[in-house]
Amino acid sequence: MTKIGLEIHCQLTKLESKLFCKCKADYRNLPPNSNTCPTCVGLPGSLPLLNRKAVEKAAMISLALECKIPEKISFFRKNYFYPDLPKNFQITQYNAYGPTSIGSEGKVEIEDKEIRIRRIQLEEDPGRLIYEGSSEKTLITLVDYNRAGTPLVEIVTEPDFETPKQVRIFLNVLADLVENIGVADPYLEGALRVDGNISIVNGNRVEIKNVGSFRDIEKALHFEITRQQSLLDRNIPVQAETRHWDEARKITISARTKEEEQDYRYLPEADIPVVVIDKGIIDELQKQMPEGIIAKRDRYVKKYDIQSQVAQVLSSDKFYADLFEKAHNKTNAKEIANIITTDLMGFADTREKKMELKISTTHISDLADAIINNKITRNSGKLALLEMIKTGKSLSEVISNLDLGHVSDVNSLEQIIDEVFKEEEKAVVEARQNADTVNYLVGKVMRKTKGKADPAITIEIIRKKLSN
Amino acid sequence: MNLGISAIEFLSQVKDETISVEEFVAKTIDRIKKVEDKVHAYITLDDKNALEQAKVIDKKIRTKEKVGSCLGMPISIKDNICTAGLKTTCASKMLENFIAPYDATVVSKLKAEDAIIIGKTNLDEFAMGSTTEFSYFGPTKNPWNTEYVPGGSSGGSGVSVSTHECIISLGSDTGGSVRSPASFCSVVGLKPTYGLVSRYGLVSYANSIEQIGPIARTVEDVAFILNILSGLDVHDNTTIGKGDTDYTKDLDAGVSGKKIGIITQMTTDGIDKEVASATNKAISKLQGLGAECIPISLDAVEHSVAAYYTIASAEASSNLARYDNLRYGFDFGIEGYEFKAYVSKVRGNFGPEVTRRILLGAFVLSAGYYGKYYLKAQKVRAMIKSQLEVAFKKVDVLITPTMPILPYKIGEKIDDPLTLYLSDINTITANLSGIPAISVPFEISSSGFPIGIQLLANTLQEKKLLQAAYALQQTTHLRAMPI
Repeated sequence: MTKIGLEIHCQLTKLESKLFCKCKADYRNLPPNSNTCPTCVGLPGSLPLLNRKAVEKAAMISLALECKIPEKISFFRKNYFYPDLPKNFQITQYNAYGPTSIGSEGKVEIEDKEIRIRRIQLEEDPGRLIYEGSSEKTLITLVDYNRAGTPLVEIVTEPDFETPKQVRIFLNVLADLVENIGVADPYLEGALRVDGNISIVNGNRVEIKNVGSFRDIEKALHFEITRQQSLLDRNIPVQAETRHWDEARKITISARTKEEEQDYRYLPEADIPVVVIDKGIIDELQKQMPEGIIAKRDRYVKKYDIQSQVAQVLSSDKFYADLFEKAHNKTNAKEIANIITTDLMGFADTREKKMELKISTTHISDLADAIINNKITRNSGKLALLEMIKTGKSLSEVISNLDLGHVSDVNSLEQIIDEVFKEEEKAVVEARQNADTVNYLVGKVMRKTKGKADPAITIEIIRKKLSN
Repeated sequence: MNLGISAIEFLSQVKDETISVEEFVAKTIDRIKKVEDKVHAYITLDDKNALEQAKVIDKKIRTKEKVGSCLGMPISIKDNICTAGLKTTCASKMLENFIAPYDATVVSKLKAEDAIIIGKTNLDEFAMGSTTEFSYFGPTKNPWNTEYVPGGSSGGSGVSVSTHECIISLGSDTGGSVRSPASFCSVVGLKPTYGLVSRYGLVSYANSIEQIGPIARTVEDVAFILNILSGLDVHDNTTIGKGDTDYTKDLDAGVSGKKIGIITQMTTDGIDKEVASATNKAISKLQGLGAECIPISLDAVEHSVAAYYTIASAEASSNLARYDNLRYGFDFGIEGYEFKAYVSKVRGNFGPEVTRRILLGAFVLSAGYYGKYYLKAQKVRAMIKSQLEVAFKKVDVLITPTMPILPYKIGEKIDDPLTLYLSDINTITANLSGIPAISVPFEISSSGFPIGIQLLANTLQEKKLLQAAYALQQTTHLRAMPI
């Protein structure tokens, strides 16, 4: 059985300042080493000053992932030498001596699966290394400490995923969730980073690192499953190792220097006193929490009578849920939910495609109203939607341009049906004997009208003619 | 001109214009230039700047402008406390040329009160040591006998006050580093409650236990400077507020009716005979002033040296990891080295004591040993704290000799770290528990060495502590330092 666990690093990009100093949390697009101070470059004598807002944001993530939040949280130093780490230790959290990190033992439901969250910890991001040329061949490595000290939340899951697809769904839910509660913009470069570990059929655990975009983790996991399976097929054992994702070649490569078991010599960080998170603080944060995905789904089902599966899909995508909230009214909510989940989501399923959509809430509500009022069939509606997405033209314009108007005029329909009856004599005879085959004739009418015929009226006329 | 006056005397003489700041500072600089060959208290002197500031302050006084409460008092700063624009070397090759871009909070506070920072004083490298022999720039010598150590690690600070090279000095006390030189040099040294004085700008060695503390000639001077140094600091999350406490008020409240506990473990075994007899004399003097003295046993103290060196070394190994010579440090070409090779090469330039503690600290924190050493040490620390809590329900202050021994000859114990560590037994209790402690000069031994008496009080009870110290100080008439 395939077992996959994730380690996700999420920058708290919505914060003003870094985790332990006043430098900007938004380090992007600044001249190298300009967003620094004695604290974040670890000058002798400097001290970390905890950003309380970061603790609150991390606590909100913990609440959203249904984690336990301990009454007292504290920080530890993770000691290792690396040029992107100005103090040669990272201030992070550590639960080996009792739960003191901001969250633990949480869970997330994706479709019909529950993914357990092992822990959530708040920590500082290191600086960035910039290689001249490739990292293997470079002679010169530059360090930019603008990022050093940016608030980072690490989310560690249990190995509960069985397929890369579940990983993708989980990450989409997670990205929407952090965006939804206003702690991070998951789509900023480097804001959401994912490492994975995977084992198949009780094989050794392989860690996958260096996955640049969180979208690529699914590809990396697929590659690993195939690679490990083909090894096992040939009776070659899978090595327990760390592999790096090569984005250009879309393969994983064994980390060349064998990463020996690092001893991080964890040590309590005495410069940051224990932070008490009492019930009052939790209650306050709960109040600030936007409606959760599950609550939203339930509201859609209850208030608008939307099918539970449709509501589930709609509520888990912040972009489309927001579109729905803005576009709907009491009468068209259900239709709008259908339009979004059955058609729109299929057209635009990535962030890039979503950004390119040329439609507004008016387009969607106009379309839903037209369908409800029989001005256009669902089939034509789909064509109209596609056109509106591409051009941004209004619904009425699109309908007249593409000639999508609804044919519900009895006379013209009768004419068309007569034509069909002539062409399909055999089917007519059959339909007279077996009413179930009527749909074949309806289909023919639809084809002739390019889907514009009103299905209800069409059936009524056909039935009448057959019984004559 | 008497350069050996107390801070309080200096303030009154400047106020009534008996002396000018410029004259006093100039004479102090002359004095430094004369005695430094013998004692080596300073690493860096800021004489030019000091004289200029003295002139500015004199002018302010003449023209009746507002002047800060230090009135141009020359103060020296231990060279592990950051001073903007003036080197902060930590007596290490690793920071040989380091100039901090900012002032430590204590330095800003002193400057705001028109103190003059006259120079930076010598120490054991990164404050690790109790003799000031482990300095990259060579040892500081005890003015009472220059063949002997002045105590440490704030040896330069202790000596600079003792030899009239400044009026007050700021040291740092991780395991007794303010009180040991105070005791060996016959001056007063205070280790405040952990958190009472900001550590912002103090180069960390063992950040959960160390505090900046003043060294001065009298208890009154310590109270005066503590008023300036103490209190909440937005740059240090571990600081605590002091409210409207004025440490100089009611200093002469006396000890009549007070209960003083004699820590049995620190006054009996392994104590130099003369130190023991001085301690007994101090106790009877306090009794004579109406204090009730009772023995107090703290049996956790038996493990305190081991616990202290475990915790301090563990923290040191982490705090000193940043010295990789990449962003600052000494001249050493990086070319041709891979990162790890470079780092291990340059880190070979720490001195022997620092190297020892980094290795020890890395060891006690390593996987599988954390529970065996570090956690155990933390348990001892908690035991000491709780035993002190019990003790302070019975007594107001505790008393011990500051150092169990008299100063060593320079070089005598340099290869015997264990003996040196054991001599910290009386001072480290205050660091492990966070409580305040003070060393008051009490006697001069027959061999001519000062003996200091240590008093300890409960957390944030500096006022009570200073009152007892003042009472003890008033019983003594010590002869002047010989240089």
